Amino acid sequence: MREQRSIVQNIDWPLLVIYIALVTMGWLNIYAAVYDPENISLFDLDMQYGKQAMFIGICALVGTVILFTDGKLFPTFSFWIYAFMMVLLVATIFLGKEVKGSHSWLNIGGGFSLQPAELAKFSTCLALARYLGEINIKMDKLQTRLISAALILLPVIIILMQNETGLAIVYFSFVFVLYREGLPGGFLLLGFAVALLFILSLLVEKTILFAIIGAAAILVFMFFGKRRFSRLLRVAAVAGMAVAFTFSVNYIFTKVLKPHQSIRINALLGKIDESNRKIAEKGILYNVNQSKIAIGSGGLVGKGWTKGTQTKYDFVPEQDTDFIFCTVGEEWGFIGSSAVLLLFMTLILRIIYIAERQKAPFTRIYAYGVASILMFHLMVNVGMTLGLMPVIGIPLPFFSYGGSSLLGFTILLFILIRLDSYRMQIL
Amino acid sequence: MKQLSSRQYVIAGLVVAICLTYIGRLFFIQIVDDKYKIMSVNNAIRRIVDYPPRGVIYDRTGKLLVANQAAYDLMVIPNQVKDCDTTELCRLINIDTKGFNDRFAKLKKQKHPWYQPAVFEGQLSGKAYAALQEKLYDFQGFYVQARTIRNYPKNVGAHLLGYVGEVSEKIVKDSSYYLMGDYIGLSGIEKSYEVPLRGIRGVRHVEKDVFNRERAAFADGRFDTLGIAGVDLTSSIDLDLQEYGEKLMRNKIGSIVAIEPATGEILALVSSPTYDPNLLVGHERSKNYVVLLRDTMKPLFNRALMASYPPGSTFKIANALVGQEIGVVTPDTRYSCNRGFSAGGVHVGCHAHASPVDLKFSITTSCNAYYCNVFRSIVEHYKPSEAGYRTWRDYIMSFGFGAKLPSDLPNELRGNVPSAEYYNKMYGKGRWKALSVISLGIGQGEMGVTPLQMANYTATLANRGWYILPHAIKKVGDKPIGVYNPKFGEKHYTKVQKKYFDVVVDAMANVMTNGTGRIAQIDSVVLGGKTGTAQNPHGKDHSIFICFGPVANPKIAIAVYVENAGFGATWAAPIASLMIEKYLKGKTKRPEMEKRMMEGVVLPVYENKTSATPVDE
Ligand SMILES: [Zn+2]
Repeated sequence: MREQRSIVQNIDWPLLVIYIALVTMGWLNIYAAVYDPENISLFDLDMQYGKQAMFIGICALVGTVILFTDGKLFPTFSFWIYAFMMVLLVATIFLGKEVKGSHSWLNIGGGFSLQPAELAKFSTCLALARYLGEINIKMDKLQTRLISAALILLPVIIILMQNETGLAIVYFSFVFVLYREGLPGGFLLLGFAVALLFILSLLVEKTILFAIIGAAAILVFMFFGKRRFSRLLRVAAVAGMAVAFTFSVNYIFTKVLKPHQSIRINALLGKIDESNRKIAEKGILYNVNQSKIAIGSGGLVGKGWTKGTQTKYDFVPEQDTDFIFCTVGEEWGFIGSSAVLLLFMTLILRIIYIAERQKAPFTRIYAYGVASILMFHLMVNVGMTLGLMPVIGIPLPFFSYGGSSLLGFTILLFILIRLDSYRMQIL
Repeated sequence: MKQLSSRQYVIAGLVVAICLTYIGRLFFIQIVDDKYKIMSVNNAIRRIVDYPPRGVIYDRTGKLLVANQAAYDLMVIPNQVKDCDTTELCRLINIDTKGFNDRFAKLKKQKHPWYQPAVFEGQLSGKAYAALQEKLYDFQGFYVQARTIRNYPKNVGAHLLGYVGEVSEKIVKDSSYYLMGDYIGLSGIEKSYEVPLRGIRGVRHVEKDVFNRERAAFADGRFDTLGIAGVDLTSSIDLDLQEYGEKLMRNKIGSIVAIEPATGEILALVSSPTYDPNLLVGHERSKNYVVLLRDTMKPLFNRALMASYPPGSTFKIANALVGQEIGVVTPDTRYSCNRGFSAGGVHVGCHAHASPVDLKFSITTSCNAYYCNVFRSIVEHYKPSEAGYRTWRDYIMSFGFGAKLPSDLPNELRGNVPSAEYYNKMYGKGRWKALSVISLGIGQGEMGVTPLQMANYTATLANRGWYILPHAIKKVGDKPIGVYNPKFGEKHYTKVQKKYFDVVVDAMANVMTNGTGRIAQIDSVVLGGKTGTAQNPHGKDHSIFICFGPVANPKIAIAVYVENAGFGATWAAPIASLMIEKYLKGKTKRPEMEKRMMEGVVLPVYENKTSATPVDE
């Protein structure tokens, strides 16, 4: 009884309130995205908003269970949870049904399916926190860096094999966690460069890419630091590694992946051949163009909830999932969509604040993991609807339709709330 | 530690920077640039989907196989319909008032959003379109959407080419490209080359005037995304040969598949009975589809890919090859045949011929006893005989039997080379031996081969040991198929060495000169062939013939199946022979045989009986 009261007292209420606000707004937007004045029924399970309402119910349940779980269990079982999720990810490749060319969905009966890649985020976060939270771990040791990288890259590789490039790229955001824990700042830049190269090497001609790498290397050498020979060597080595990296991406796509997988990824990125490349690029352009029209048409105050006409499966596909921010922009206007962005910003800043008030390194590291993932999703998803980021199919946290994604983010956040709530008990 | 904790400001700063950048961007497109707002609130701007023309398909000589024709859909935006002269509209598109109301009722039932365009009447005739165009200003909320539909100048190749139809809700749900109202290839080449063929849809924004007429592009097309036309394909099909084959197969059930052995290119693919591909285009499409679907002759069923028959005696050649490779048979191996094969209580009959026979003569005269002995020696060469059977099966499957090849055509069947597990289940493990499954030696029993696999097998014999996956497309745009999809340039070798092929190819040439295939001989071309008969438990046996030529430098390999036609020599062999002559010489010199084949009627005696035994996947 005392334990329970202390949980309620120690919960970080701002975090919970923001979560509830975001999920509610997300549901309202999904409702609006498929709203049709001719057919109104709030909890129709045939419609996305009906299903999403059900998912929210499930998440509320899961969240509550997490809040009443002994917080010490999370560090204790981190590696086990991680191992279990990795096995599940691999199993999904073989057991998963094919959806839009990827093998990332597990059928769980009743017409529903689960995407383990969404859940693997929290388990990776836990494992990383557990490993880096050990007392004798120092980020400046090579071994530490390699093991952390392995923990992060394992799910990346498996998810790539599932053909979910977007969800795999998310894991690169963990570089912020490593940075906070002492990885030199240069690696942060390197992380950016790697993510950038990964996308570019799939989209841009090799020769152009090598030219960019070369030019960047020369610039770095010319403008930063003293021009010494050993420095030249180091810059050249990094550039060489970048080139090798683009080749290895190419290798993964041509040799490691089965032909049909790489063809699908290539088709997605528009690389099957010249004529198809143009087609795929144009297809992506088309979505972005329509997305911008929808958002732009919202104006200052928007057209009002459910009054949008540009969205709603009209011309942009995936209006309720990856492009949900279009509905926000159209119906809630500049004021509404800025408010949503500010709310997300507040959430992430709050998480960083919470992270820094921890005594236990485990919770701090975990919190940074949560913040990094949220930041990455926000940056890529909203950036894509605004035409500022490449179209990578990842959801907007708490907003996008889909049970797996909502559940994944809910677990991610509620474990943090739980861990934070007993910070006082740690001496 | 203190230093590290200051890094929180770097990360927090980044979050703030991203959000502020995005808010800035939102400010620009939502407030500064007002074009977006104008276009969405203005009812006078109409969004029109720009459906690009689907790629056309040429035959290997550049003749048009599939073309496009213009079609017009009458579209409606339900919430913009007002003061509509219903009677007049109904008259123009030839429907009654009930039909008019039904269409709205249907949209309502489909939960179609009222502000979104929907097809009101699809694929209007040119006349209806012209009449409607004049009076469109009377019908607020209606407009005409131009698109292209298929047209088949020659009415041939229906199964091969496939058809195009509107996407289903399921397709829309499972795809990130398709939207309701889009067309998609549903079978044949249209299906397997859907992505290059379809191109990509675009959208235009057009200002309309008070008379419901389209005027200029809005904002000079700044918000438009132009569609991209589909890519044209060059098929490997020879239009004349295809047409000729369909004529030969008239009033018969079965199929013809012809392949160019050196490239794996499909030259003709006939499945009979067939239908006019133009039936599945345009206004009458769904009505015609239902009629074809209900036809007891199953014209929609593509027998060339989806019917599986025992290979019959044609399969003896494969056993002769495997026997040599394993070392249980040489060209000099002789077996005597006294009207058949008898051992351990098993008897397989044979026709009367000289005895004993060697390898070559066994093919020429198609001796059953010889191949029962060969098959038995192969299986019993290993201990236990289950291991022998497994080895035999591996060799046989290397000829492309028992698995999808796969070609570039959809819905191919696997066929069947029974697995050892199958027999273990049937007889019990260790309780069956070569004699239990001896009919496999002569290509009967549970064996199942599709006509496409049979043609591929013939091409493999013509090539003396390898094949390239059969494919019906030669070029995608100006890209050769081997570049577009490298798997159609790769040679697949059988597990039998080249040196063992010479004797069987020799024997196949003998089949044509003084064996069972004499009727199919063509002057001046050396051919290699083999007749076969597939046992049919439901009625008269199926006639099979495989053939390639010229033997020295094969240009064509062909497999012909005629259902319920008895021996291979009666129907299948002459048809194959005429096809080869037509392809190699451009014309045929045997008008009598041609006439007899084209006019011959070979239909099953019993109705409602599909003699092709489709094998479950
Ligand atoms: Zn005999």
